[in-house]
Amino acid sequence: MTKPILELKDIVTVVNKGTSNETTILKELNLTINEGDFITIVGSNGAGKSTLFNVIGGNLSADSGQILLHGEDITHENEEDRTHFLSRVFQDPKLGTAPRMTVAENMLLAEKRGEKRRLVPRHMKQHIDKFTKIATTMNNGLEERMSTATGNLSGGQRQALSFLMATLKRPDIILLDEHTAALDPRTSNNLLHATNERITQDHLTALMITHHLEDALKFGNRLIVLNNGTIKADLRGEEKDKLTAENLYEYFEM
Amino acid sequence: MSLIVSAIGQGLLWAILGLGLFLTFRILNIADMTVEGTFPMGAAVAVTAIVHGYSPMTATLFAFLAGMAAGLVTGLLYTKGKIDILLAGILVMTAAYSVNLEIMGKSNTSLLGHKTLLSSKFFEAMPNYFNSVFLGMVVIAVITLILVFFLQTDLGQAFIATGDNEKMAKSLGIHTDNMKIMGLMVSNGMVGICGALVAQSNGYADINMGIGTIVIALASIIIGEVAFGELTLNQRLIAVTLGSIIYRLILLAVLQLGFSANDLNLLSSLVLAICMMLPQFRRALHLDRIFKKEVKSHD
Repeated sequence: MTKPILELKDIVTVVNKGTSNETTILKELNLTINEGDFITIVGSNGAGKSTLFNVIGGNLSADSGQILLHGEDITHENEEDRTHFLSRVFQDPKLGTAPRMTVAENMLLAEKRGEKRRLVPRHMKQHIDKFTKIATTMNNGLEERMSTATGNLSGGQRQALSFLMATLKRPDIILLDEHTAALDPRTSNNLLHATNERITQDHLTALMITHHLEDALKFGNRLIVLNNGTIKADLRGEEKDKLTAENLYEYFEM
Repeated sequence: MSLIVSAIGQGLLWAILGLGLFLTFRILNIADMTVEGTFPMGAAVAVTAIVHGYSPMTATLFAFLAGMAAGLVTGLLYTKGKIDILLAGILVMTAAYSVNLEIMGKSNTSLLGHKTLLSSKFFEAMPNYFNSVFLGMVVIAVITLILVFFLQTDLGQAFIATGDNEKMAKSLGIHTDNMKIMGLMVSNGMVGICGALVAQSNGYADINMGIGTIVIALASIIIGEVAFGELTLNQRLIAVTLGSIIYRLILLAVLQLGFSANDLNLLSSLVLAICMMLPQFRRALHLDRIFKKEVKSHD
């Protein structure tokens, strides 16, 4: 279980390079993600959480450092090519789904994540039963809206769909960027529990950014505190279990 | 009567332009001005090829390829060159003017005495103007069927997703730049075919025949949407063709009121502007409510 999937080595990212606003976001950040890790990430605004995800996702290239996937250098692989091992769920419900396409169509797109899109019929009928069954697991009525354009779904249903889409084709790593933050407390809580269930049942490797310290403590087997572009704390197993919200705050002040 | 048949024929032929622009304007959500250059390019290429002895079929195919090439240039400027799509389209449209002049060697080439797609015995046996109706129907049917098939493939769905939510498409591994380039190529290729067919139907190609094409294309799309409302994607493709025919009939009606052909572009723009503002009018005047009331009073 401790085989490293992804390794970040001495990652540095600089924004507004060459201007007076030049800022270094990630400062020689090192992180090893092992198979089966469910890592929750906390940190104040501007700590570099989203930048970290963007560097892993490939839509921001590191200014120096190296990224290894199963020991292979993927530092220069672009965003689209990284999707063969990586899936993401964004904070904004609008970002994760195509609004004019139906729920089933979105799921079909996601099932071919990272694959070449060919000029062959999509064969929706062969997939629809399986998709409906998967949608039922979210317990929010999504399965009744398979032919609805996702633009007409509620925010909660959209985020649940985004999460399902990210897991439909098993990713090596899934990045959850505050994916429940835009939802009301109840819906958010439901989705978080569904997320946790899915990740632990399927032994997915996941990174989850959250602003709720309680959630960060409750979920996952590993907790990372990001501060000022570096990892201030990386707590696992028992260490994490013993942690309380109070002593987690202390890491923020370091 | 023959005026109406002629208008329907023109509507069918020009619908290819509307369908081409539909791919970029409605599916990719971008406004591609290139069509103002690729329409006369298709005409220029086809007419020049026919005059040089190529068969009308081959000449029309050349027009398709020329349109695709122009679309490729726009696509590369837009995706790789990071030039705004409106500007990229205007650049290629402007450059196309010179290219078209080079192709024809002069500003107007006649097809008088040459064979066209409309000059087979089969077509000549038909009554006046029915030939372009028939040709238009066949071409539109083939193109619509191909598009319906394409949009239901994995590639077609990735293409739709690119226009619908690019960030999401990218996060699913869809190479959105390639989708945009493909869309611009196919779209402008179709516009090239449209130019080739209109030139063969008119019997000549003119360097200025592209002026106003984008308005005509938009008019077919928008009139189709205003007239038929909520539709599925496949139905919307058919609505574009019907919109194109309605547009020609509206123009015919307006010309009958005594306007001259010189006013055509002014009228086209007016018709399009009115159609685009229709939803606003409806809201302002509460026409929706009035319509609903009427339905109720009937039952």
